[in-house]
Amino acid sequence: MKSWFARYRVVIGVALVTLVVLATGGYVWRTAARPADQGQQSRSGRLLTLIDQRNGNDAVSTAELSTSDGTRTPTGLRCQRVYTAGGTTVCLRLAGVGPTFEAAVLDPSGHVLKTIPLPGVPSRARVSASGKVVSWTVFVSGDSYVSAGGFSTRTGFYDLRTDTVVESLETFGATVEGRPYAAADANYWGLTVGSDDRTFYATFLGAGRRWLVKGDLAARTLETVRIGPECPSLSPDGKRLAYKKTTKWVGRWELAVLDLASGQERVLPDTAGIDDQAAWLDDHTLAYGAISGSTGKSSVYQVPADGSAGPTLVATEASSPVPMP
Amino acid sequence: MYVAGARAEHGTKLGGVPRAVVAVGVVSLLTDVSAEMVTAFLPVYLLFTLHVGYVQFGLLDGLYTGATAVLRLVGGHAADRLRRPKAVAGVGYAMSAVTKLAFPLAGASAFGIGGLLAADRAGKGLRTAPRDALISLSVPSHQLGTAFGVHRTMDTVGALLGPLVTFLLLANLGTAPDPIFVTSFGFALIGVITLVFFVRERPAAPASAKKAPSIKAGLALLKDKPFARVTIVAAVLGLATMSDAFVFVLVQKTTDIPLSALPLLPLGTALTFLLLATPLGRLADRAGRWRIFFAGHVLLLAVYLLLLTPSGGYPIAIAALLLHGAFYAATDGVLSAWAGSMIPEDLRGSGLAVVQTGQALAKLVSSIAFGFLLQYASVLAAVVVACGGLAVSLLVVLLVRRRAAA
Repeated sequence: MKSWFARYRVVIGVALVTLVVLATGGYVWRTAARPADQGQQSRSGRLLTLIDQRNGNDAVSTAELSTSDGTRTPTGLRCQRVYTAGGTTVCLRLAGVGPTFEAAVLDPSGHVLKTIPLPGVPSRARVSASGKVVSWTVFVSGDSYVSAGGFSTRTGFYDLRTDTVVESLETFGATVEGRPYAAADANYWGLTVGSDDRTFYATFLGAGRRWLVKGDLAARTLETVRIGPECPSLSPDGKRLAYKKTTKWVGRWELAVLDLASGQERVLPDTAGIDDQAAWLDDHTLAYGAISGSTGKSSVYQVPADGSAGPTLVATEASSPVPMP
Repeated sequence: MYVAGARAEHGTKLGGVPRAVVAVGVVSLLTDVSAEMVTAFLPVYLLFTLHVGYVQFGLLDGLYTGATAVLRLVGGHAADRLRRPKAVAGVGYAMSAVTKLAFPLAGASAFGIGGLLAADRAGKGLRTAPRDALISLSVPSHQLGTAFGVHRTMDTVGALLGPLVTFLLLANLGTAPDPIFVTSFGFALIGVITLVFFVRERPAAPASAKKAPSIKAGLALLKDKPFARVTIVAAVLGLATMSDAFVFVLVQKTTDIPLSALPLLPLGTALTFLLLATPLGRLADRAGRWRIFFAGHVLLLAVYLLLLTPSGGYPIAIAALLLHGAFYAATDGVLSAWAGSMIPEDLRGSGLAVVQTGQALAKLVSSIAFGFLLQYASVLAAVVVACGGLAVSLLVVLLVRRRAAA
């Protein structure tokens, strides 16, 4: 037995390696040869833009709000995160080896106005209502400040009016509960910009706490508003702020809406499990991506912003909902 | 392409390095392609495909680093006790390979993914010491530095190729997870096959010649003064070594290069490490391993000092990365060569595991301490503390050596 193995070991080894190479290569080849989805143009009812995750092509597509698994028409863009407003589209996508990613800013005709290299993996993207301020959040792996339970994000924005890029809100002057914040460990995520293209809200993590912050893009300052809310999203009328919140450090988030004038907060029913920056489809409806409890895949839901009813599924195997005019 | 090497006669040398070392290097290269493919894909997978939150991701990341230390000791001891380092290393490689296929099954469950990451790291912990023992037992003592240098070079080639393969799959097939995990598994499996069929272990001494070493014997190694000194030196310097992630973040921040350069900084360190690991290993065999290991940490001090230069731009960033890569080339394989030469052959696995675990735990302590420092202090203050800490460690280590010489 031993001598038999000794005599044929090289032959067997080479045969096995060849087998694995052929099997793996064949599998990848077959996956690559898979036919792409053919979109149809006939449609009716309200539309929504989203990223189709059904076949891994990450095709930005338009879909009808009325059916959750209906026909989706690819727009030709491929992104990990997308948003459109005021005619401007931002697409966070693969850029090069590393792998590295970029934010592509496109005009209404799909022409790329600018590409901005990103320092990490796409997580959030927004465009202000006017289409003039584009923002994004990326996740930087292997760069957590505290090795266990830590993480690191960078949030930047691009102002189309002045053609300026701010790579990270870290450079802004931060005021935490009235005091200037000077520590190196400062993480921001989920930026949302108001209709004045100047006022913004975002999430700030510093000294182990998560805060909702309000700031001024022109003055490059920000201050803490309250502890807890993450990934804020301003309503089109600018009167309310939707965000996710959790009562525990590692709990399930719920979607909540804050009335900015009265300071009253309403948690939306049955939204536990959301991990997204919600998008306002109009002044009364929110859309967001979350993992479906039944399929385990990312799905898009819509929910009334007044808390009158629970969410309804609008798209299976999809993410990044974007309202369409 | 490795077939030509594999067919060579047993004991032949490729470029002056024993074939067994090159074969183990090929196994490590393939395994690193597999591992780094997944590491590069994981953030996309968790954030985009599975919608796992940042906080959960951070916790998973912690598991990734924490799980290896103790299992190194187990792997090293098992290799000595069974007198089969290859078999123990094989179990570790196989364990990591299997986890790659299990990822799609775990779905979006944070516990499932956490468990798989822990299993993957456990496999790495288990195989590291037996693998280094395997390398150290296949070359004469005066060539240990060269052997480990060649091994680390090949290892790093794999670590650089992994993310490249992931990029090619992402660019051509999109973010569908299955092709990436299947390809990663394929590389890992070829690694295991290479280990089983093409790595030849030196025949073990007859079982009757000596009793199988006990755990006690492994620990008793620390009573051996020269060996204990290596362990202490490695741990003391490890305490002042900040994790790579911190180095890259601080290089970007202090030099004021664009934030978007951050993902590319690790490439600078890895390429330098790759190019210098073999020559510095060879130099360590001639000039003395202690000297090169110490000099490597002086280079690290130079990296920290460069971080004090305000807004140095690309020239300072590149200089820092070159020095950081040279630091790795002068210390990573050299430590195993240095310690390996002091450990009796039947305890090689346990001894190497003790030194590596001591160093790894010290580095973990330093990165946690440094993380807390950055929560309350400015970047400049943190860099000053790092410089001071490393300078003190270097002095302590010199004193330990001097007392040994006296």
